[in-house]
Amino acid sequence: MRPYCLLCHHCYQPRVSWSDLLTLKKGDCLCATCRRSFSLIDSDICSDCGRPLDHLDHSYRDGDVCNDCLRWQNDNEWKGVLAKNRSVYVYDDVMKEVISRWKFRGDYAIIEAFRHDVCRVFSHHFSSESVLVPIPLSRERLYERGFNQAKALAELLSLPILDILERDHLEKQSKKSRHERLQMENVFRLRMSLPLEKPLVIIDDIYTTGATVRHAAKRLRQAGATDVSSFTLARA
Amino acid sequence: MRFIDVEGKLIPESLAKEYSGEAKPISRIDHIVPLPLNPQFSVSTKLLSFLEGRHLLLDELPFPLDVIHTHYEHGYISYEKGIVQTEQGWRCRRCGNENTHLFASFFCARCETICTYCRRCIMMGRVSECTPLLVSHFYSEPAMYEKPLAWNGELSLGQQQAAEAVVAAVEKNLELLIWAVCGAGKTEVLFPGISRALELGKRVCIATPRTDVVLELAPRLKQAFPAVPVIALYGGSDERGTLSPLVVATTHQLLRFYRTFDVTVIDEVDAFPYSVEPMLQYAVEKARKETSALIYVTATPHKAWQQEIKLGKRQAVTIPARYHGFPLPVPSFEWCGNWRKAVKRGLFPRNVSAWIERRLQEGKQAFLFVPHVELLERVVVILKQLDNRIEGVHAEDRERKEKVHAFRKGNIPILVTTTILERGVTVPNIDVAVLGAEDDIFTEGALVQIAGRVGRSAQYPSGDIRFFHYGKTKEMLKAKRQIIRMNKEAEERGMLKRG
Repeated sequence: MRPYCLLCHHCYQPRVSWSDLLTLKKGDCLCATCRRSFSLIDSDICSDCGRPLDHLDHSYRDGDVCNDCLRWQNDNEWKGVLAKNRSVYVYDDVMKEVISRWKFRGDYAIIEAFRHDVCRVFSHHFSSESVLVPIPLSRERLYERGFNQAKALAELLSLPILDILERDHLEKQSKKSRHERLQMENVFRLRMSLPLEKPLVIIDDIYTTGATVRHAAKRLRQAGATDVSSFTLARA
Repeated sequence: MRFIDVEGKLIPESLAKEYSGEAKPISRIDHIVPLPLNPQFSVSTKLLSFLEGRHLLLDELPFPLDVIHTHYEHGYISYEKGIVQTEQGWRCRRCGNENTHLFASFFCARCETICTYCRRCIMMGRVSECTPLLVSHFYSEPAMYEKPLAWNGELSLGQQQAAEAVVAAVEKNLELLIWAVCGAGKTEVLFPGISRALELGKRVCIATPRTDVVLELAPRLKQAFPAVPVIALYGGSDERGTLSPLVVATTHQLLRFYRTFDVTVIDEVDAFPYSVEPMLQYAVEKARKETSALIYVTATPHKAWQQEIKLGKRQAVTIPARYHGFPLPVPSFEWCGNWRKAVKRGLFPRNVSAWIERRLQEGKQAFLFVPHVELLERVVVILKQLDNRIEGVHAEDRERKEKVHAFRKGNIPILVTTTILERGVTVPNIDVAVLGAEDDIFTEGALVQIAGRVGRSAQYPSGDIRFFHYGKTKEMLKAKRQIIRMNKEAEERGMLKRG
């Protein structure tokens, strides 16, 4: 029987190559049209935050670092808190729609559509010794959603997960400006102590201003971690 | 969420203090005992009227759980399973889904176990094993209205006959199909029937697939029935918490109702893609009362229904003439060779170009329909060489509204489009052409709808409809025959203007 596309629910003919057959890799759970609509971040990226630089005007970058990251670097409070960020997809209209269906409507199953790219991009940029730290939801938000999207992403990677951050219940991040996000008190708390020698990778769904992952990174550094980076599904 | 089951009586885990017992998702509780209604209980009318006639999730009810739960304890509300296990797998009780591939499971933070949910109706909030559906057992007295109809326009002969059939269907709780040609004036046909229903204290719902139709219909109904509170329901509307005797809703919103309506009107039944149809069928059956009137309105009933009407198995009334009394313009066919190949090479079939150029010269606006989005882009590039103001529009186009508006204003001479504009958009005095009318996407219904764009106003009741093709199809012939048949019937029934 032909499979149904995970997103558009239409029947499709999966493309199978010889290497798929030889490696017994599972076929794509999306039809070719839906798969093509996802924009992967590749080639020219900001060496700090992993955003695509190809559409960025030269006045918004300095060499291979974007202006946003220069601002972080010039801020003594935030300088060097986060080693780097890498993201899988461009946060465009398609990704907005897909992520919103996944996390706000709560269609958990969509996670499968990200699996292959998430694993590939992660192993390209990060060490296999990494320990993953998913950005937590507050208890209230976790109940509302039913699952933590960042933890769901971390679970794709078959690496050790340290669910050690906790957060207070506050209004939604997406309603705040960069300035407001920075001014906020750090909402994260650490539940237990850290394995200090391992590289830590914070996992989240979207990197917008980078404030969330930096707040989390700061907590981890305060606890003694020396190598903290982040990895997100999408980069706005 | 989880419930503690105390001999068939449910207690939400968060409210259960003195009881100890295993908390479970509602779908794993075998036997739920209905509780008797306590007439002495002082109810929250706000809550009960919010829930009246509905099938809602807890997340959709803006009331505290303890308030909801006391109404359960006194028999006014019941908790029902959202998902039930069947022999083959699962069934969603909100949308009727039984397709295995449209269910998925995850570790749920609400019930702290692996929880299965329905993916088909997820856009309306997740229904899972631990999600109760709430139903109210309270029914308010129906309001009766005396002569609620303020509209005093005149119905055409065809409209009049159909309107009488609607009134009869309302009174006797019948099922009826109104087959009204494009431009027949179908909304007015419903007015006398709605009026009769309101006089009898019945609840009426008009359901239509598209939000823009809901938004257009609601003010017209408010004007026609000024004393009746009309509510409009669509994704994102703010009138959710009220129930009125006259509801206009998108068809999906019917999933949130439960045995509520005495009269359900389904507009443009044929407009849905085949795949979503079973869900909407289920929605309609759930939202209407078991004994109630069901009225379908369409310009293009699908094949099975046409057959049933022919055999007299389906109660139907046709309105074969437009309200202005001029016959429907009939499409003509013109072979245009292998146009796909031509378009790929950046060329256009000569006769189609000539047709477009003629329109441009005469300054007459036109729609050009093409089968697919991918072709649309190429066609627009080619046609822009003839006139740079020519534009293309498709379903996912972000500037869709703006382009349609610009066309209405006359700023775009030719609008190239996919089948999205086959319904709804009416602009006076235009011509229509289809490029590649042989494509599978152009079914009999789609072609009749496309032809129905032409000659809508009484001022300009005619126009050119040209199906350019690379081989005639049965669908093209059926569409043309249907239009000719309607004209003939209108003539025979004396509905066409003389001279």
